[in-house]
Parts: sequence; structure tokens; C-alpha cells
Amino acid sequence: MNITLRIWRQPNAEAQGRMVTYQVADVSPDMSFLEMLDMLNEDLTVKGEEPVAFDHDCREGICGMCGVVINGVAHGPSVTTTCQLHMRSFSDGAVIDVEPWRAEPFPVIKDLVVDRTAFDRIIQAGGYISAPTGTAPDAHAAPIAKKNADRAFDAATCIGCGACVAACPNGSAMLFTSAKIVHLAMLPQGQPERHLRVKGMIAQHEAEGFGNCTNIGECAAVCPKQIPLDVISQMNRDLISSLFKRDGK
Amino acid sequence: MNDAVDYYIEGDPVADTKAPAGPIDKKWSERQFTARLVNPSNRRKMTVIIVGTGLAGGAGAASLGEAGYNVLNFCYQDSPRRAHSIAAQGGINAAKNYRNDNDSVYRLFYDTVKGGDYRARETNVHRLAEVSANIIDQCVAQGVPFAREYGGLLDNRSFGGVQVQRTFYARGQTGQQLLIGAYQALERQVAAGTVKMHTRHEMLELIVADGRARGIVTRNMVNGKIETWYADAVVLATGGYGNLFFLSTNAMGCNVTANWRAHRKGAYFANPCYTQIHPTCIPVHGDTQSKLTLMSESLRNDGRIWVPKKAEDCDKDPRQIAEEDRDYYLERIYPAFGNLVPRDIASRQAKNMCDEGRGVGPAVTEVGQDGVERQVRRGVYLDFADAISRLGKDGVAARYGNLFDMYLQITGEDPYELPMRIYPAVHYTMGGLWVDYDLQSSIPGLYVAGEANFSDHGANRLGASALMQGLADGYFVLPNTVNDYLADAPFEKIDDSHPAAQEALASVKGRIDKLLSIKGTRTVDSYHKELGQIMWEYCGMERTAEGLKKAIGLIRDLKAEYWENVLVTGVNEDFNQSLERAGRVADFFELGELMCIDALHRRESCGGHFRAESQTEDGEALRHDDEFLYVAAWEFGSGGKPVLHKESLIYESIELKQRSYK
Repeated sequence: MNITLRIWRQPNAEAQGRMVTYQVADVSPDMSFLEMLDMLNEDLTVKGEEPVAFDHDCREGICGMCGVVINGVAHGPSVTTTCQLHMRSFSDGAVIDVEPWRAEPFPVIKDLVVDRTAFDRIIQAGGYISAPTGTAPDAHAAPIAKKNADRAFDAATCIGCGACVAACPNGSAMLFTSAKIVHLAMLPQGQPERHLRVKGMIAQHEAEGFGNCTNIGECAAVCPKQIPLDVISQMNRDLISSLFKRDGK
Repeated sequence: MNDAVDYYIEGDPVADTKAPAGPIDKKWSERQFTARLVNPSNRRKMTVIIVGTGLAGGAGAASLGEAGYNVLNFCYQDSPRRAHSIAAQGGINAAKNYRNDNDSVYRLFYDTVKGGDYRARETNVHRLAEVSANIIDQCVAQGVPFAREYGGLLDNRSFGGVQVQRTFYARGQTGQQLLIGAYQALERQVAAGTVKMHTRHEMLELIVADGRARGIVTRNMVNGKIETWYADAVVLATGGYGNLFFLSTNAMGCNVTANWRAHRKGAYFANPCYTQIHPTCIPVHGDTQSKLTLMSESLRNDGRIWVPKKAEDCDKDPRQIAEEDRDYYLERIYPAFGNLVPRDIASRQAKNMCDEGRGVGPAVTEVGQDGVERQVRRGVYLDFADAISRLGKDGVAARYGNLFDMYLQITGEDPYELPMRIYPAVHYTMGGLWVDYDLQSSIPGLYVAGEANFSDHGANRLGASALMQGLADGYFVLPNTVNDYLADAPFEKIDDSHPAAQEALASVKGRIDKLLSIKGTRTVDSYHKELGQIMWEYCGMERTAEGLKKAIGLIRDLKAEYWENVLVTGVNEDFNQSLERAGRVADFFELGELMCIDALHRRESCGGHFRAESQTEDGEALRHDDEFLYVAAWEFGSGGKPVLHKESLIYESIELKQRSYK
């Protein structure tokens, strides 16, 4: 296959970026999208040009480090991470636009690489259960109904890639934030901090400059782990009831 | 005769592993009692550097932060949640005996030592088995959503090399869920101010001042800033070095640089040749491939592995091959363990089937060690047809759905319809920096945890034991041993004016300048791939004296060429991925040579180290306990030859036997 790429190049956070066109020849349909970018970078390097910077690590769809907007869609045409997208999803001669996540709280570092540390700060604001090492009771002390454990798991599969933010017209991180809130709210261990957690995380979400949710659903449509949209409504119920709790915060 | 004798110098044996005396099941509580303590109000005067945020590093940083120390935590990724522990799929072992099937701490200990082919240190493995149950409790308390049954209790499954069900899991994403648990505990400490997190920072040098590990030098991967950090103790939880092979199941960024830099500063590197080649990975598709993807060992609970009996059937549609024409070779050779034999055995048998010409999938051109080109099919079937007829498609999807989706995504073939094709790939490294019972390396104040150390898996790791070891080290071992060393701290303050810091800074800057100034004609990746091919061919699943000697020569030549002709673009003061990789590959060359020397000097087969010269009549690994019952701890030889220190392995609680899974 022969592919034409139009890639966002931006030398650093302060510089102006622009789309640059590259040709990649002899692409195999079995290659992953990132392997195709590797090929381009090898070619650029040998020519003495600066290779395209992009984030990636595990390349098996679980670390959440990779993620670019491909032809206007976060992670591209199939619902998976960028690293799991394969070139067989494109046809010979395709023209592909490649851009970084675009959202104010995710400033561009270079080319396709953005800063997602805002997500870590949202977790710091309450996305945990306070269980210091060594204090745990026996694992079977609190049985958990399978349906609740499964719901918790479905929410907990979030990989923190940020596609939800990139897809949302409001630049909202509500799918990410709510997934964590629901994961922990479904478990008995998560109950003591449930109200503090939802208030703390939502306040941090706002402080980071993410937009609010207006139920568009673009986030769930591109989520590589298919986190269901209804985690946001469940979070909203928790948020409303938490506002009536006196808990010192 | 010892073919390796010209390649190394033999030094003094390792005198002491510092494990306390007494019965094996009392040693850990004895150590917890004898270790000196640090009063909580003094802990906040002390700083601990932890490099890595995976299960060992993340859990260690969170736990030491909770204890009240000032923790500086570093990772090369953009967030601590990306560490490669996240990719572990199948599960985590624990001696809970929730299945009422004769499991116990002793059995987990026994299985792990036997699985490691009697090359692990008894004392450390027993402690691992002892704390295993606490890990599950800890993770459940943090909200890790393990798989549960309808009654609300935790579910279990089996893994290779054992006959009990002691593996806890969270679908095919157990590593992810455990890591997120540790990450959340870590972020809680970041919010509390006990842990300072430095992401996108890569450790490039260790600072050893006045005989103690006192700090590190890092490169800020966003702007190239070279910085020093000081502490009273340093912990490396930097993972394994499987990425040396270029193609492996490791993440692209996994590297040995932190460990290698520590090795060059005096930390012994133990058993570097013990590499785990995992039997169930998606086969290589072409020469532009960047990594290999594992299909969890848990699939061997329900999948059956086979190849055609007749070579002429190899290109047929597998559904058209009659039952009597299939060779379920693991069930045939190992009736007691069947498809659940340990990884080293399953991998080698897959290789044997393909070498015999009964592999499946597309034929690829290979150049053998004899220099002759031949066409070989590198794949065997992992078939779920029986499981689907027994459990239904939904039943199989509930257990392995995400793995089946991943397989479809990568290969374009639907494993519900066609059997998966799998082949072994480099997955884990049992070798690592040498540590004593306290996880302290041969440099005072330098601790090593998780896959980065060598301590628990001998010559072969059993499935679902890596997660167990990472969390055991991070949550339970380090917080009970580092204090013994810190009881003498805080140490005298040092800064950049100290000669040790000056030397480390100059070394980092010198290397970076050198790599950027070569401006040769070949890319870093092209060298990495070539190094990987040499290692896979000569230091992979089967090793020979002749091949290893050849490999050492090839690696030395390639390394020399690298330092003359590598092409690294850009400058240091920038986000520069080409420079990052260049430094890592430079260290891989040096480790690759040591791995081959270690493999050459160990003239026996054990676990993942299979020397063709040492096998039984049935082609199984043949150990030589009389000569090689020791850990090979290598000291960096400044004169070019590494120095071997032997740590004798003492088996008091387990009888040494030839391993059998038949």
C-alpha cells in the first residue's frame, strides 16, 4: 500500500504548528498504525530530518500512552487504541490526517505528544480508597455481588488515554472522571469516601479547565475500552446526593 | 571443559545473603523483628528515591510514603499508571487455599522453586509465598475488581506448572487492575505530600558517594535538562531487560539503563542469561514488526495446543484436519500436566514441532546458524473448539473475551471460528541485579525490587508469579527492610560539588554529547534489530557453546560499529526520542555480551536456559547440580572481563530433584 500522511508538526509548546505532508510506500496491511509511523521515522532519520514525535509504550492497547486523532476521530476508524489500529483498516492510496489530542488542559509538548498530567491530578483529588498497606481484612470478609463487581470492573478498565476529551466538543473529561467514581462507588470498600470523592474529583476536573458534559456521547463512541456513557449519569446522581451530606468539606 | 574461561575472571564467592538463621517458616518474622527501626518522627527527615512506578515501584513508593519517608519517585512515561506491569494479563498467585485443594504456603513455595528448576534462593521464595495472601487482601481493600462468583466470593483459575487453583484474576487484565490499585495508593500519597512524582524523567546514572548509593542523575525528557537528586537510599524498580531482543512482549520503552548504570557502579548482575520465552504469543508477521503480543497463559486452561501429525497438512484449513491427524503434543508428552506445563517446556516443544516441519501459518525465510536459507512455518494452534462446545461461545467470551478481541484486531482472524496461531516470544527476565534477603544490592543503600532483581524465580518463572513478586517486594518486603539501613541515616548532606556527583554528571553529559556527535549513517533501531536477531538466534530458546562464542564476537563488532556510525537526530535540549533510544541500545550491547558469557559459562540446562549439549535422552533440560548449584553474580570488570562471584544455593527445605511434569 502507498499512503499519504498529513501530520501535525509543532516543535514545542510555544511554537506555531502546521500540517506537513509525507508519503509512505510499501506499507503492509498487517502493520499497525504506529509501525507505519516507525517506517516514516526511519526514513526521515536517514534523510537527516527530525522524526515525528508521538507517545506510545506497551503497543498492546492497555497502557493508554498512545493516542492521536486520525482523520478527525480519536484513535481512528476502529474502536481501539491507536497502537491496535492496523493498516488493513485503510485502502491503498489513502490520505490520512494525523493530529494530537486537542484540548486546553492537554497542551502540546511536541508534534503529536501532549501533556495529560491533569488526569493524575484528578485521581489525586479522591480517585482512591484509603487503605494503607498492611491494614486489610481478609479478602473474603466482604462478599460483593457479581453484578456489582462486574459493573465496577467495566468502569475500572479505563486506560486514561484521553480519547474521551479529544472527542468531546466541550473538551470534557467526564467519562474518565466518572469511570473512576463509579468503579469505586460499586464496591463496599469505596463507601466511606464516596461523597468526598465525587465532590473532590469534580472540583478538580473543573479546576483543570475541562468543559462540562452535555450528553453528546462522542466520548463513549471513541472509548477504546467502551466505558458506557451511563457512568456519567450515575456520577451525577452521586454528586447530587453528596451535596446534601455534611462531611466537613 | 569450560569454554568461557577466557571471557571472565573468577572472584570470591558471595559470603552471605543475610537471611536469618532458623527454620524456613520463621525467617521472615525473625527478620522483621531483628531489623532496626526508624522512629516515625525521624522518618520525615529521610529521603528515599524510587525509580519506576510499576507494581514494585508504585507499591513501594506508596507504602514508604504512608510510613512517613520523603519519597522521590521517577518514571520515563507521562504518568505512573503506564508502567508495563499494566500489560500483565492472566493473574496473580496466592496461597489462600480458597478452593480447598491442598494448597498452602509450603506448596506455593515448593511449586515456585521446582518451576524455577531449583535455581532460586529458598529463603526469598518462602517469604514470597508467605506474604502472597496479604497481597490479595490488600488489593481487595483498595478496590481491585477481581473476578467473583455469583456468591460474591473471589474466583480462581489454574496456571502452568501447578495442579491447584490459586490464581486470582480480573478478566485478562489483572496487571492493569493491580497497577491501577497501586497507582491510586501512590496518587493518594502524592496528594498527601509524602511522594513527589517526576514523570518523563529517565535515570541515566547512579551516584555512589563514600560507599553508599546516595542519588541519581536524570534527564528531563521534555527539555533535556540533566538533574541530580539526592537521598538516603535508592530503590530501583525498573523492570526487566527483555527488550534487548528488540522483538518481545515488553513495552517499547522498557530498558536496562538504570540497572546497567548501577551495575557499572558496582552492583552485581545475577543470572543474566535466564530469560523467559513465553509459549503463547502471536507469531511474527513481517520484518517491520515492532513488538510481539502475548496471549495470556490462562488460555491454556481451556485451549488445546496442537500441530498436524503430517507435514503435508500444515497449509490446510485447520478445520479440515481430522481429529486423528492432529498431534496434541503437550498432552501426549506430558499427560499429568498436559497443556499446563511450565512455560520453558511449552516453548521449547513448540520450537521442536516447527523445527520438525510441522509448524503452521505462513512460511518465513530463515537463515540458520549454518548460514543456509530455509522456509519454516513458525506457529502452532491453540484451539478452543472443545471449550466452545463445552461452555458455549458466551462462556468462553466471559473468560477470555478481551484476549479474543485483541487477537482478532492484530491478526484479522476470528479465534471463535479458527484456532489461534501462537509462537514463543521473549517475555520476562528472571535475571537481574543481585540482592540479599533484604533486597539490598551489593552497593550499600541500593535496593532492587520486582523484575529488576533476580531473586525469586530461579531459571524459570511460573505464570502469575511476576505480579505476586512485584507487589510482595513493594508492599511488604521493602517497607520492612529498608528501615534497617535507614536506622543509620540521615547521612551527611551532599550536593553537586561532591566528586561522585561531578563524575556522574560528566559521564551522562559525555555520553549524550558522544551519541549526538557521531552523525553516522545507520539508525538506532536498525542496530537494535540486528542485536536482537543475534540474541534470538544464539542466546534464545536453545544455546550452544559454539553459537554463544560466535554471538559474543558479533555483538562486539556491532557495538564498535555503533559507536562509530549511529545516526541520532536533533539536540539534547529538546523532546528527543531518537536520543532516548540511542542511550538504551548502547547499554543493551553491553548486557547482551554479559548474557552470552553467562550462558556460555553455565554448561548445564536449567529452566529457560537450554544448552543443547546438556539434555536427557527425551530432550529435557539436564541440570548439573554438582557443578552449577549457584547463582552467578557478575561484577562489572573494569578491565573488560566480568568477575564471577558464586552464591551457593542451599536447599534445606526442598529436596533437589530432576524436574518432571509427565
